[in-house]
Amino acid sequence: MTSERALPYLLLAPSLLFLALLFLWPLGEAFLVAFSDPGGGWSLANFREMADDLNFADALTNTLLLVVVVVPLQLALALGLGVLLGCIDRGRDTFLYIWTIPLGISDLAAGIVWLAMLSERGYLNSLLEALGLVDGPVLWLSYETPVALFVAVVVAEVWRATAIVLVILVAGMQLVPKEYYEAAEVFGAGAFQRFRRITLPLLKPSIQTALILRTILAFEVFAVVVVLGGRDLPVLAGEAFAWQYDYQNAGVASAYAVLILTVSLAATWLYLRLLRVREESLA
Amino acid sequence: MISAQILRRAGTACLAAATVVGMSVAPALAGADILFMSTQLRPLEEAQKMREVILKDFPEAVEFVPEDTGPFLTRIKAEGETGKVTVGVIGALHGDLPPVIQYLDGLDDVMAKLSADRKFIPAFAELGKLGTDRQVYVPWMQATYIMAANRKALEYLPEGADLNRLTYDQLAAWAKAVTEATGERKLGFPAGPKGLMHRFLQGYLYPSYTGGVVRTFKSAEAREMWAAFRDLWQYVNPRSTSYDFMQEPLLAGEVWIAFDHTARLMNALRDKPEEFVAFAAPAGPKGRGFMPVVAGLAVPKGTPDREASARLIDYLTRPETQVVTLREVGFYPAVDATLPEDLPAGIRLAAAAIGAQAGAPDALPSLLPVGLGGKGGEFNKVYRDTLQRIVIRGEAIDEALAVQAERLARIMQETGAPCWAPDAPSEGACPVE
Repeated sequence: MTSERALPYLLLAPSLLFLALLFLWPLGEAFLVAFSDPGGGWSLANFREMADDLNFADALTNTLLLVVVVVPLQLALALGLGVLLGCIDRGRDTFLYIWTIPLGISDLAAGIVWLAMLSERGYLNSLLEALGLVDGPVLWLSYETPVALFVAVVVAEVWRATAIVLVILVAGMQLVPKEYYEAAEVFGAGAFQRFRRITLPLLKPSIQTALILRTILAFEVFAVVVVLGGRDLPVLAGEAFAWQYDYQNAGVASAYAVLILTVSLAATWLYLRLLRVREESLA
Repeated sequence: MISAQILRRAGTACLAAATVVGMSVAPALAGADILFMSTQLRPLEEAQKMREVILKDFPEAVEFVPEDTGPFLTRIKAEGETGKVTVGVIGALHGDLPPVIQYLDGLDDVMAKLSADRKFIPAFAELGKLGTDRQVYVPWMQATYIMAANRKALEYLPEGADLNRLTYDQLAAWAKAVTEATGERKLGFPAGPKGLMHRFLQGYLYPSYTGGVVRTFKSAEAREMWAAFRDLWQYVNPRSTSYDFMQEPLLAGEVWIAFDHTARLMNALRDKPEEFVAFAAPAGPKGRGFMPVVAGLAVPKGTPDREASARLIDYLTRPETQVVTLREVGFYPAVDATLPEDLPAGIRLAAAAIGAQAGAPDALPSLLPVGLGGKGGEFNKVYRDTLQRIVIRGEAIDEALAVQAERLARIMQETGAPCWAPDAPSEGACPVE
């Protein structure tokens, strides 16, 4: 009996060890580095230096803006796609497979795909020129066009990472019993009412999961921004990288890492509070 | 040309991604290969040239591992601290080595032996001591930053201007004429994330206008310089903040006039020597500021096979290997070597420009920053941030300079680095006046 009870723990132990070694330990180290000063004592000097930096306010604003714009957009899109997917019978899997292709592409590759389209001599400009809409190449990705640059990043991010939200939501939708919809129809509920009264409430756990996952990843947005904007669109993770490798200051880089962790935790807590799921609604 | 730019960006971001998740550790190496780790020749193409052409005639097996400066420093420190040294030879810039100097072996014996049959450029041999009394590195190769232009731009040169004797005022007039004629901003600078714009500011603009780089950071001359440069920037291609290597926008035709490191212009000069010209950097009121760059070969203390490391250094600094290095990757010899007639036209273009720049009557050489230890990156940031504030964001020059000067002064205080040329020597840390 004991061995049977111990077995799951034994099987889980390697992954636990792996995470502790490669996640918790570096995390602890990062905290130590962030809160220490060159003299070896404790201080907030690294955080002050981070906050005083030229790019800090921009990086924080850009990152928050990206989260606020990208995540709701992805949720809405994924919900729409998921509901539509529920309405078709044949070829459902094919649709799902095609929609999830971007999931298999690294964010770096996704950035490159969009760079090829949006750069000065890229496909978009070629198309616009062929259609006679512009005279010469238009600069979309430059510090002089911050809005276009931001939109480009949003589009690339939405294209790249909506699928993960979709997959989670579709899985959730499949758990909603068909009988509820049939009953609602019997009582004359319309499509929108069924969506609002049945799908949404029962989907809450999935929405919560998807939001937490996507928001954390959005706070860490990096490769797509680096590829499309260089440092013309500073973001938190990009600044952390620059402080670590270009400026050789691990203290400030760790301060950025701690900041990213803190806002991610805060967002997660917020979602857990706002979208509290009652036990009985867990299917 | 999109593809080249994309690949470059991809490379940057790949490395970024890899290092972020901590995978920058080089693969474990088998047997007795000499591990040659270098912060130079990092682009894939150049690394391949090193492996397949430059090292071809060396009889022993060499594993050439190019590495970004950050991870490179981390590794040398880590190996030095733990005593598990695997690196045989280090190839790095003069300025890369001070942070790890305590882990590097003295090479006086190697240098003495080599000097018997080849003549190192004396100034470089002296630099190789890094201000100590021992030889920290053996000079390996050199490069510098020059200008290059598309021949199409030449017809807009201001009247009476001599390409190798330009002033910054003439450069501005030239760029203006090109912009007015083409409707596009065709002057370019490598101000991208991996570009070397800070070297332009530290080694070219500041010395040319102020005769210094740290002492004169917020001087009256510096204020005039920034006003002039902001004025010039209206003819600069706004993609400049994404350009890492100017050879690509030059080849693509996005940019007609550019400043960059010789190695980062080489593809353009080599592929289309009939289309491009290379020439000396412009001069300002205080002279023609320029920055020679020296790369050296060092050996870590406790290296697995010091004799083998010395043999590799011997091979790499032979005049004939130096000519091959020049031919393949565009770095110029650090020893006396006769350049053969059959060198590609692009390399000869650059060699002529380097000669014209160093030999100009008003030449004002400035060194790469020395003595900043691990603060080199933050030092560069001061100059780049100043450019960002004044030129890109249009902040008031006085205020921006005051804020940045404070940071600069703090870095100098923290590191205690004394002034280097062209700043006048200092007792203790170089002051920001």
